[in-house]
Amino acid sequence: MKSLILGTAALALTAGMGLADTVRLGTEGAYAPWNFVNDAGEIDGFERELGDELCKRAELTCEWVKNDWDSIIPNLVSGNYDTIIAGMSITDERDEVIDFTQAYTPPDPSAYLAQSADVDLAGGVIAAQATTIQAAFIAEQGWTLVEFATPEETVAAVRSGEADAVLADNSFIDTMVGDGLVKLERTESIGGGVGMGFRESDADLRGKFDAAIQSMKDDGTLNTLIAKWEVASQW
Amino acid sequence: MFSYCTDPSTLEGLSWLSCYLTTGKHMNLYISVFVVLVLLAITAPVALLFGFGAASAARSKFLPLRWFGMGYTSIVRGVPDIAFFLFFVIALDQAFEWMRHKVKCPDWDQPVRQGIDFVVCDAAKLPLSTAPQWVHETYGFFLAVLTFSIVFGAFAANVLYGAMRAVPRAQIETAEAYGMTSRQAFWRILVPQMWVYALPGLSNLWMVLIKATPLLFLLGVEDIVYWARELGGTKTARFTDYPHPNWHVWYFAALLVFYLCFTKVSEVALDRIMKRLTKGQATAGGEAQRKAAA
Repeated sequence: MKSLILGTAALALTAGMGLADTVRLGTEGAYAPWNFVNDAGEIDGFERELGDELCKRAELTCEWVKNDWDSIIPNLVSGNYDTIIAGMSITDERDEVIDFTQAYTPPDPSAYLAQSADVDLAGGVIAAQATTIQAAFIAEQGWTLVEFATPEETVAAVRSGEADAVLADNSFIDTMVGDGLVKLERTESIGGGVGMGFRESDADLRGKFDAAIQSMKDDGTLNTLIAKWEVASQW
Repeated sequence: MFSYCTDPSTLEGLSWLSCYLTTGKHMNLYISVFVVLVLLAITAPVALLFGFGAASAARSKFLPLRWFGMGYTSIVRGVPDIAFFLFFVIALDQAFEWMRHKVKCPDWDQPVRQGIDFVVCDAAKLPLSTAPQWVHETYGFFLAVLTFSIVFGAFAANVLYGAMRAVPRAQIETAEAYGMTSRQAFWRILVPQMWVYALPGLSNLWMVLIKATPLLFLLGVEDIVYWARELGGTKTARFTDYPHPNWHVWYFAALLVFYLCFTKVSEVALDRIMKRLTKGQATAGGEAQRKAAA
């Protein structure tokens, strides 16, 4: 009897080791339609569905973790979760710190949202979320930039008149149009597509997700998902 | 939550509100209120303990111990909270993981620091990456309690150190005259009398601690301010059954009421404690109590 219990325990332990492949996916949860918190309090959106499907294809057990955008890279690097899947555009600057998979959405222009269509961008105040490609772009232009921690606050700044326009991903701007806010004709081609971020020392895991993304591109399911959530143009 | 909530777009007024306020997301808000209260309930006594230890150490006759007590209070009081929270928590977390790494994976041949990456073996991860999410959250909570306690302990130490010096010297001299050792005089005479001098300072600390909880989100613990901001944000009909414009004002007004009530309750409680502590003390307050009773 005793050896039976011991045997079962040993089996349970080794079985547990075999399953040690839980991958923690870090996201922001405040950037609809990419990722947001739904009514039930769970993470939802394009990247939720994408991440779950990728994990299924890579045969990994995945868990979702929410993290502030500001500290999303430091917390990846120090090992609080294993990957970033948060609408993060692939840029050279970020690539120096972390590694990216291939892009899962094609590069898309960023758009402006303002109270009126004839706003003077160069002379006005432009809002953007801190440490985004849009914020970097506005700073490069030499325009007046105000940065906010969350996307929601950038739009609130335009509504209150603190900023004249907000620059963000086209798909996010689309969800905010209306109620006195209009999208400008002008767009900016910045960024190089959106990919998943990994620690530079984590090449194995990155390879698995890279292959899964490729397989979703090949069989067209990625395009279907992009169309469903209207996040970007298709491949 | 309620049976009539299946299609909120058909509802209006109070029934809509009752459905809206009981969504899973709002439940998270209510849970976070509870989390904050538990955090305060644990942190306050632990910080007081740290403070008492450091204040006693700072008075010690043994020089290194005195240096430790003084060093702890001045360094922690001098560093900005937010820097302390960001740096210290990551450093603490990595220190724990590094120690486990040394014990559990002695034959690991790769460096722990690879560029800016901090890499330990899977078995040394704290908590294990296989652990369910609640374990991760509890661990974050534990780190939060520890960090808050260290920060507020330093302030409490300074308050208590001052309070210990405020007890009239004659009291200790009398104790010594009765033949008490310095340890006996400390525990029997000094400690019971010092609280009345410490309380005003400690009550200030308590009030500051109550309002410091938004720092929690830096540690991944979602507190009430985080949820109020998230819930109050604009919600478009595409992503929710309860679309609404920016309602930050309402959520923050509710927070305001919550914090004001909490402050009021704290004041009442602290007043009572003060009355009790003043009883029989050789202070102006104690004198007034004696006269009122006579």
